[in-house]
Amino acid sequence: MTNPILSIRDLTVEIPTRHGILRPVDGVSYDIGRGEILGVVGESGAGKSMAGNAVIGLLSPPARIAQGEIHVNGTRIDQLKGEAMRRLRGKEIGMVFQDPLTSLNPLLRIGDQLTETILAHLDISRAEAEQRAIRALDEVGIPGARERINSYPHEFSGGMRQRVVIALALCAEPSLIIAEEPTTALDVSVQAQIIALLKQLCHQRGTAVMLITHDMGVIAEAADRVAVMYAGKLVELGPVRDVLTTPRHPYTHGLMGSTPLASRGKDRLHQIPGAMPRLDALPSGCAFHPRCPYVQDKCKADPGPTLADGGGEAACFFPLSQDAKVA
Amino acid sequence: MRLVSVEHLTRIFDVSKPWLNRVIERRKKAFLTAVSDVSFEIEEKTVYSLVGESGSGKSTIGKMLVGLLDPSEGSVKIRDVDLAREKDAAKVDAVRADIQMIFQDPFASLNPRWRVRDIIVEPVAARGGETKGMAERLLEQVGLSARDAGKFPHEFSGGQRQRICIARALASEPKLIVCDEPTSALDVSVQAQVLNLMSDLKDEFGLTYLFISHDLTVVQHISDKVGVLYLGRLVEEASPTELFEDPKHPYTQMLLAAAPKLDEFGREVPPPKGEIPDPINPPDGCAYHPRCPIAMDICRKMRPELRKIRGARVACHLADVKGVGPAITPPEAQKPPEFRSKRTADAEESTS
Amino acid sequence: MTEMPLPPDAPIAVKDPSRLTLALQSDFYYTFRHSPVAMVSTVVVVLMVLAAIFAPLIAPYNPFDPASLNLMNGFSRPMEPNAFTGDLFWLGTDDQGRDVFSTILYGLRISLFVGAAAVLFAMVLGITLGLLAGYVGGWTETIIMRVADVQLTFPAILVAMLIFGVAKGITPVEYRDQMAIWVLIIAIGLSDWVQFARVVRGATLVEKNKEYVQAARLIGRTSPAIMLRHILPNVLSPVLVIATISLALAIIAEATLSFLGVGAPPTQPSLGTLIRIGQGFLFSGEWWILLFPAATLLTLALSVNLLGDWLRDALNPRLR
Repeated sequence: MTNPILSIRDLTVEIPTRHGILRPVDGVSYDIGRGEILGVVGESGAGKSMAGNAVIGLLSPPARIAQGEIHVNGTRIDQLKGEAMRRLRGKEIGMVFQDPLTSLNPLLRIGDQLTETILAHLDISRAEAEQRAIRALDEVGIPGARERINSYPHEFSGGMRQRVVIALALCAEPSLIIAEEPTTALDVSVQAQIIALLKQLCHQRGTAVMLITHDMGVIAEAADRVAVMYAGKLVELGPVRDVLTTPRHPYTHGLMGSTPLASRGKDRLHQIPGAMPRLDALPSGCAFHPRCPYVQDKCKADPGPTLADGGGEAACFFPLSQDAKVA
Repeated sequence: MRLVSVEHLTRIFDVSKPWLNRVIERRKKAFLTAVSDVSFEIEEKTVYSLVGESGSGKSTIGKMLVGLLDPSEGSVKIRDVDLAREKDAAKVDAVRADIQMIFQDPFASLNPRWRVRDIIVEPVAARGGETKGMAERLLEQVGLSARDAGKFPHEFSGGQRQRICIARALASEPKLIVCDEPTSALDVSVQAQVLNLMSDLKDEFGLTYLFISHDLTVVQHISDKVGVLYLGRLVEEASPTELFEDPKHPYTQMLLAAAPKLDEFGREVPPPKGEIPDPINPPDGCAYHPRCPIAMDICRKMRPELRKIRGARVACHLADVKGVGPAITPPEAQKPPEFRSKRTADAEESTS
Repeated sequence: MTEMPLPPDAPIAVKDPSRLTLALQSDFYYTFRHSPVAMVSTVVVVLMVLAAIFAPLIAPYNPFDPASLNLMNGFSRPMEPNAFTGDLFWLGTDDQGRDVFSTILYGLRISLFVGAAAVLFAMVLGITLGLLAGYVGGWTETIIMRVADVQLTFPAILVAMLIFGVAKGITPVEYRDQMAIWVLIIAIGLSDWVQFARVVRGATLVEKNKEYVQAARLIGRTSPAIMLRHILPNVLSPVLVIATISLALAIIAEATLSFLGVGAPPTQPSLGTLIRIGQGFLFSGEWWILLFPAATLLTLALSVNLLGDWLRDALNPRLR
């Protein structure tokens, strides 16, 4: 990809514990281009959130980046500390979290929160910033933005609050947005609204989005490309249509099969046996091998190929052929 | 045979501030109608699903069914015994032993200080029953190992904990199990395991389920009948096939249209409008009318009764009325594309 | 799941790991082994408790046996043979020739006993009332918590003195000395139950809404059974922390009362009584009579407090 907004190379996050060093993120590489939405999907413990936190420098100690590089707009950011990192967040990287209540200060009017954020990152006058704040609220579809700017977070409904959070993330016009489970706390109907909004705004502005979620449906609706994580490793990366319809990695294949769908009728759900291994008890070889229906001796000994960025390939010795179709 | 009959069930919560605050702020008492005039029946050995978004009252109905909450009006009868009003303690006890519940959060529903064995046999031990070897047997039945009986809950993953909850629910050999979002805290692949397990156990033990969920797609695999709730009211009730192929209430249509699909990439359909109204001040007439694309005057004034339309019961004045077509096109009866590759099918045979 | 089910012929009854084995493998024990402060203070506290328990065996003299006292030994300096008798006292003697080391051991006994018993009393009272307030709610809760609020507005030592004074007034003179210790325990305990009740009530409010409690209600468990078997074990960790810190406070409260002369009687002197006695000699140069009991009290209270601090950090998952 030429000049990606976000570029992660061989990122490894380590947590030293008394049982040894855990690697919640292990050698992950991917790029996100301008105006692209990359869905990062995986089950709990797959390391998808940890990768997001590493990018925004919000790893809580003792977790640390042990290896690899993170570039945003060509600048290396994984070694930035304190003030420099703080300035970068908000200016270059916006964040949307699962629970809108925790990302808004309950004691401040939303207008003030927006203006403060704009003033902190852009060199404009307060009046201008206020105009921008109103425009930002307008853009995320909050009716009566001029009046609502004086409201407190608790005066909004859940969906509206998440819109405010998106406005807050976008108001300093960052080039990258990290959205972590932005719709998980919302009802189905509101979820559809928020996804549509996020997609529309980012495509308009050319913002790159890292959409972290466990929900395959959200990925299918919103993402351009998808990165599938399992036990800290990237197992599959590719255009969303290819990955979802013709998954190459057995894990993705199983995951797709076990997702209940309106169109799938009343037959028994496909299930992957077992559960994701705990990080302190990773199996030898490929981490998926104890659950894999196609496991061979080689998989038990060798951790398997690592994904280089770019191809729609899978980190698997024996990727499924492209005619292994999924609904 | 009918196992559960719910008649005109209503539950009102007093959500007023303390009286001193009310006096100072000159506020009236505030009441939240969580469940409003809901009636349905559950046949024995079937699965009835209640589906609704937050604030639809689905969990409140579940709690009233098992006796954790008393109804404000109406009644829940289980084998013709009204738990809230029956005076005969022996009868109440007998019915209670036949009901169990599986909760949403597998991390909060097991006492962290108890061993799994004690947790599982508690429903039987509390009644003074014989429990030797019971926990071990049940653990194997839900796909865990007998060795797990001596462990503590924190040693298990979310899916395994939910299996322990299922084992506990089975211990007293109940007839009815109320499942309150049993899989919504679980990962997709684990959710499939738990759903499949529940469906196997149902056949094995002849159980009846009331399955509560916010996700239509989850319940369709397991349900015999689905009730859709909106703001405490039952708006549509039908078999899953009927519901998915021919949704009649505009709200059901909206839910189906908004549910993410894996086969429509980057679709650009306009998302549904509005959010669920404040249940303390619900709209007059049909609760859905402010968001409904086909609402007419009558919808704002009169609350629609449930009426029978083909195989379903629907609470909408306009459903199936000629000339007032639904504005949202129902999802066409989609044929599931061929899913299984030959290798998957083989692998499944060997695992199951 | 990840484990294979047992083969059918395997014995079903597998021996569960005991709670002790589990405790030794726990993170809690691990953090303990890696915290020098916690280890040292535990050793100090354990040594002091042992010394108190076995005081009659350890103490070189029995300071309360008039037959063994020799007035000639009065005011012996520490580690110096007495000028008249040539006897050596490690920590010196007081005006009546009592060995300070021995009086400290016996004083420690009283101090620790009164402190521990008072905390135990406060704990039982506070847990009971806190559980009731949190689980039952309504008027029960209002009354219990209002009483607690009112009591919190008085300094604990004042409450203890009040209770102590009243109790002393109503006990007959001949039993006063005998009863003094028990009155002291009740007085300190009553002044200290509030924080237990508050913490337990708060924790109970959280626990009672958890689904495992609903599951227990569902199968018809009675309220006392739910409170004792389900909720109580889950609210004990904060109680343990408070109990430890309270122990230090209770020991100091007892010392304060005794120092003021309203606590342990001279026939059963606690560390506080010893300090009171010793301070009379400070300005005449016999510093050891005050210093050693005071240092003991300080070491004891400090160790218990440090242990409590460490417990609080170790049991609070958010701080780790």
